[in-house]
Amino acid sequence: MPKDSGIGASSKRREDVRFLTGAGNYTDDINVHGQAYVHFLRSDIAHGRIKSIDTSAAEAMPGVVKVFTGKDFEGVGGMPCGWEVTDKHGAPMQEPPHPILAQGKVRHVGDPIAAVVADSLEQARDAAEAIDLDIEELPAVMNMKAAAQDGSTLVHDDLKNNICYDWQLGETDDTKVDEVFANAAHVTTLDLVNNRLVANPMEPRVAVGEYKRGTDEYTLFTTSQNPHVIRLLMCAFVLGLPEHKVRVVAPDVGGGFGTKIFHYAEEAFCTFAAKACNRPVKWTSSRSEAFMSDAHGRDHVSKIELALDADNNFIGLRTNTYANLGAYLSTFSSSVPTWLHGTLMAGNYKTPVIQVNVKAMFTNTVPVDAYRGAGRPEATYQLERVVDKAARELGVDPIALRRQNFITQFPYDTPVALTYDTGDYNGTMDKLEVAADLAGFAARRAESEANGKLRGLGINCYIEACGIAPSNIVGMLGARAGLYDAATVRVNATGSISVMVGAHSHGQGHETAFPQVVADMIGIDESMVEIVHGDTSKIPFGMGTYGSRSLAVCGSAMVKATEKVIEKGKKIAAHLLEASEADIELKDGQFSVAGTDKSVAWGDVTLTAYVPHNYPLEVEPGLEETAFYDPANFTYPAGAYACEVEVDPETGQVTVEAFNAADDFGNIVNPMIVDGQVHGGIGQGIGQALLENCAYDENGQLLSASFMDYAMPRADDVPFYGVDHSSQTPCTHNPLGVKGCGEAGAIGSPPAVVNAVLDALNSGGKAVEHIDMPVSPSRVWAAMNS
Amino acid sequence: MTKVSMTVNGKTVSGDVEGRTLLSGFLRENLNLTGTHVGCDTAQCGACVVHVNGEAVKSCNMLALEADGADVGTIEGQANQDGSLNVIQQAFQDHHGLQCGFCTPGMVMSAAALLKENPRPTEVEVRKYLEGNLCRCTGYHNIVKAIMAASGQDVSSIAAE
Repeated sequence: MPKDSGIGASSKRREDVRFLTGAGNYTDDINVHGQAYVHFLRSDIAHGRIKSIDTSAAEAMPGVVKVFTGKDFEGVGGMPCGWEVTDKHGAPMQEPPHPILAQGKVRHVGDPIAAVVADSLEQARDAAEAIDLDIEELPAVMNMKAAAQDGSTLVHDDLKNNICYDWQLGETDDTKVDEVFANAAHVTTLDLVNNRLVANPMEPRVAVGEYKRGTDEYTLFTTSQNPHVIRLLMCAFVLGLPEHKVRVVAPDVGGGFGTKIFHYAEEAFCTFAAKACNRPVKWTSSRSEAFMSDAHGRDHVSKIELALDADNNFIGLRTNTYANLGAYLSTFSSSVPTWLHGTLMAGNYKTPVIQVNVKAMFTNTVPVDAYRGAGRPEATYQLERVVDKAARELGVDPIALRRQNFITQFPYDTPVALTYDTGDYNGTMDKLEVAADLAGFAARRAESEANGKLRGLGINCYIEACGIAPSNIVGMLGARAGLYDAATVRVNATGSISVMVGAHSHGQGHETAFPQVVADMIGIDESMVEIVHGDTSKIPFGMGTYGSRSLAVCGSAMVKATEKVIEKGKKIAAHLLEASEADIELKDGQFSVAGTDKSVAWGDVTLTAYVPHNYPLEVEPGLEETAFYDPANFTYPAGAYACEVEVDPETGQVTVEAFNAADDFGNIVNPMIVDGQVHGGIGQGIGQALLENCAYDENGQLLSASFMDYAMPRADDVPFYGVDHSSQTPCTHNPLGVKGCGEAGAIGSPPAVVNAVLDALNSGGKAVEHIDMPVSPSRVWAAMNS
Repeated sequence: MTKVSMTVNGKTVSGDVEGRTLLSGFLRENLNLTGTHVGCDTAQCGACVVHVNGEAVKSCNMLALEADGADVGTIEGQANQDGSLNVIQQAFQDHHGLQCGFCTPGMVMSAAALLKENPRPTEVEVRKYLEGNLCRCTGYHNIVKAIMAASGQDVSSIAAE
């Protein structure tokens, strides 16, 4: 029986009312009195040496307040990278400077060269056209393997080469790995590309900087998933401002998917320029600008080898990946191909020997950083493609091969640094087989074939590591930040509650789901609890929302703070009821003395806390508690996905006919929201598999710089999805037993789609071993007719 | 600057605009009707859909001057007289047809135009009609379901919200 409130209920989202009536408050809706507008002049070439910039004509244009170039930021810090990766020889990664505006060289199309602040946006744009640039064009570094060779053109002249780091995880003894492969009964090898993507949240980035001279205070309104992180990075590393004088506000944010985690130059610029111009400064990205300035995602080129023994047990895995970091290190870019990718190469399988090798490359492209899943989709894609290929080569059922190699004992220490606490991979596969009616596939294939189409079934299993933590471990691995979170539970005198949380909802429905937890713990109506987020002046601290961490990490902090509130409430109730604190129970909003009919209502206790006339002398008045929570481990959601496609052999067109997901997210607070998160992830994963590709030419020109050229999935590209999360193995180390669900769909779906396409193509009597994403009609047609 | 006048959500409004001012800019900047969103610059995303003389129009693709004298409807004018959600808006909330909310105004305005011309659209018809509206959050599942529900169809057999 579904619950109608509290934990486990599909409560309708309260934030929807404002979004559905046009009353949302997004950053671009904010206009500060007297604001000026900035337009960035961006490089239209991929690589060049700046000889001169003449801004004199632009400065004389109507409405121009000030024109900035890299020279204005010579005394200011650059954009920082938040994770120092150590290479396999023990050396720190090469970490080039990343100026707010280009200094010396431009390094990608879109690199900001100058910024014009004017009374109106149109005046700023017009004036930018009057800036005279003399830039000597240099060869563009585009191919990662060529960029790794000695003698390649350097993206950064001061670095020894274009390799940021050469990293390794797992078995360090090459001889041992070679022996495993030499003794294998079968080895399956696959070269593949994980295509470069653009996250494209529907709301482009915006920043509004404001400076109040009278109080020496700055405010930055920005489209961020983590306003405290932006404040910390900008104050401590970029502008050198005192944190207590800087307020960062991220109001309603229109989607993020990772790309709004990072601290961007435009945020620091608007904050800096607000003081320099003595006026608020606003920047609104156009979509075309977003394509060349938002951090991109994925872009790995990998070789993966799987060794199996004569009984088809996985005995060894080796990967070699080139990971594109683009021209500069974005905030968390270095962690994505390493600790968020290599650590996931065990997947759901008990492979005893694993070696992961990653060369991270600088190229003349937009910086690459976390995009929904961040490293985990890249790991899953390699692993699940090679497992499927092995099954095909060996002539065994791909589900049976997976089941045979599943990890079944928990906790499980992988050879790549993780300890999975719980899971039931056969359980999710059982759910999938039923939900996707795999038994009926043969009949559906026959029906498709009767209609002249090929039909394929693709299976994928995934595991992900969410709620990245604990801080002491990630610190040892190079993180320059802690990865805890914080919450304050402020109980008002009349019993209603405001919860200030460090997580930041930008579509995930925290305003609805988080109150379900607090209300459930106390036994009051959800409507009595409100979430406050997105403003550093209102919240104690917070690391924000990414990596499917909000409920597992910030939700845990919220639970801890609520527990403290309840504990104090019990002290007050004990005094009012003249009973021992140990005998007080809280249920359904009533504090009662166990075994008696004596009770006092929640609201009477909260009122007493603020009107402490009859009150325990040893207890402080008021009812407000804060907790910080640092997890003991990652959480490990896992699942099994099935995709069915039809391929038109005449055109190569692929259509997704069915998509089913069986996920284990541990305990679930709001099933409706969880389903929605999975739907969205699958939609993006189908997009990566079939449609999306961020394309550059060999000169570094961005070919897909608008929605005209970058194929976003549309409503008629996708089917209804089946989502089942009834297989639940709760997380063992957080108080809610939750695991996180935001990225699963995007991790689990691309391999399922591509495996389905290959299954379809091979069913037509043609041996097609491989196809790269996006699986476009032309690629399918070429594969069928090669 | 040229003076432009139109009816927006039943009220007569006017303002001075440049020739290049887009209808979306006029609504957002001059009238402070910020529910109409701008998500792209190539008329692809549909976040800015409004109704002009009863037709769904991408307001980023129309000059404010072109709407002179027109009857314009925006998301701010969609709720019932008492402020409660209309049938389409309510269906979006009931079926979790939105997440971040940024594409939502355009989706609701397109859905209203669809149901006006096709009161009981099939799944395929809904998906085709929404070709000009991008959503990055929902995978479209619950948007399609919400629009079908708003048309009075029983959507209980479609997979969960």
